[in-house]
Amino acid sequence: MSQTVLVITEQRGGVWNRMSFETLAAGQRLAAELGQKTSAAVAGQGIAVLAEGLTAWELDRVYAVEHELLHDYTADGYTAALEQLIRKVQPSFVLFPHTYQVRDLAPKLATRFDQGLISDVVGIRHETGPIFVRQLFQGKLNADVKPLGPAPHFVSIQAGAFNADLAEPGASHVEVFTPAMTASEIRQRPMEPFRESTGAVDLTAAQIIVSLGRGIKEKDNIPIVEALAKALGGELAATRPVCDSGWLPIERQVGSSGQTVSPKVYIAVGISGAIQHLLGMKGSKIIVAINKDANAPIFEVADYGIVGDLFEVVPAMVEALKPALSAGA
Amino acid sequence: MKIIVSIKEVPVRDSQLRIAADARWIEDGDLSYEMNEPDAYALEEALQLKEKHGGEVIALCAGMARASQTIREALAKGADRALHIEDEEIGSWDTLGLARLLAKAAGREKPDLILTGLQSDDLGYGQTGVVLAEILGLPHATIVMAAEVLDGKIRVKRELESGWFQNIEMPLPAVLTIQSGINKLRYATLMGIKKAKIKELKRLTAGELGVAGSTTATIERVYFPHKAKQTQLLEGSAREAAAKLIEKLRFEARVI
Repeated sequence: MSQTVLVITEQRGGVWNRMSFETLAAGQRLAAELGQKTSAAVAGQGIAVLAEGLTAWELDRVYAVEHELLHDYTADGYTAALEQLIRKVQPSFVLFPHTYQVRDLAPKLATRFDQGLISDVVGIRHETGPIFVRQLFQGKLNADVKPLGPAPHFVSIQAGAFNADLAEPGASHVEVFTPAMTASEIRQRPMEPFRESTGAVDLTAAQIIVSLGRGIKEKDNIPIVEALAKALGGELAATRPVCDSGWLPIERQVGSSGQTVSPKVYIAVGISGAIQHLLGMKGSKIIVAINKDANAPIFEVADYGIVGDLFEVVPAMVEALKPALSAGA
Repeated sequence: MKIIVSIKEVPVRDSQLRIAADARWIEDGDLSYEMNEPDAYALEEALQLKEKHGGEVIALCAGMARASQTIREALAKGADRALHIEDEEIGSWDTLGLARLLAKAAGREKPDLILTGLQSDDLGYGQTGVVLAEILGLPHATIVMAAEVLDGKIRVKRELESGWFQNIEMPLPAVLTIQSGINKLRYATLMGIKKAKIKELKRLTAGELGVAGSTTATIERVYFPHKAKQTQLLEGSAREAAAKLIEKLRFEARVI
């Protein structure tokens, strides 16, 4: 029967995606609650040595899913290989880190088992069985999701939801799993990943960042917020939708698809706080939120907040920053 | 080429959400709805591909009767015709069931390309497009930032994490999930809105399509999240609040 929680870890070019270890921690905890064992898998070509690294954790087994056709990630190739592994292991739950690769792969894999993917999970609670907590409406609401029907169930874990340092160390061994695959079943032809040349803006070194979101409404309003950045001697940054609209260059984008910053103070102006943005700035020492919606998720991470109209509040901040006129002048 | 764009309607972005009495969803009767934003980018991409290569754009939507307004918007922007899988209980369908519905309706059309947004702004599972591809036996690519049709195949630019990208080629027909910001959205013209009224909008039902729901998971409860941090909210007029905030940042947090 289903006695194993299987964690699918992620590597690219022999380098771990760090979220793999957060997912290991989540898998171990889920297995402990269920009275089951945890196993881990990693897929690729020439990954036996990398897989050895996973034996330092408390795992029943480490599967090295090894095949020359897994050298580069393809949705078709990885689905075919992992489907075979899952049919062999027959786990109760299959856990993934919620990475861009998993978003491409896991829904396809789950469909092979007539399952859905419970994606982007931020917490796991245990009642009569596990309840997976995920966000709705871009973080405005949480939902408790209960898997139904037969195993295996497929779950992906959001970045930062579990602490990798809490993964239990132990000892296990590697089992090489060689899937049956042919080149003709892989329809995607991937090319070398690349970075686009970016401007010289390095937000990661900034101590003060003033960042703007959709609340700015239109490009012509940007100078209002720019004035605050200038008054504070900080850098101007923005959320993805602002950069998508071409209102600010993409080099100023903070979030999972942009830069990850941790300044002394991050002032979020008209930013609702979708998870993709929070992932890029929640390491800031002090977070300030200015937003008209008191329920905006940005207030969940803010140290200081003003619920109000940014078009009134921001100019008032600039005013308050002006040096006081000397008495009697 | 024949392109199907799968769209969804979601509550407008600034909606004040209230939790329904049974706490299993939001109070949705009095909200306004709009096209899911990534789907709007998928529609725009389809229209641009059609302008370049010729053919037809078909909007496909599974939704309640009220979704016809969102579908008309797609027609007004330039879709040639639309398929509306109408179901007043659409919210009770899980992703797998919903993708089966969409696959049945889309498959009949034998499209060259299916586009949809990479995720919905309400549920945000981010998997309908991928599941649709798997059910139809088509190759797919997700989080697409550019698409170029070559002879019998398509080349896409996929977004990876942290500013990385990757080009991928695959044969047509294929399914792509489109990232917001891939293109610049157009507005519907007055002429477009006029024309949309006479364009074909075909209604289908789950029964006609012969698809039954699936239940792989259920939402037990929705609630507002607990705050991770204690936020000091500064009150008063804009001027008073701003002055207090600057003082706090200077003398309490000492970060400016």
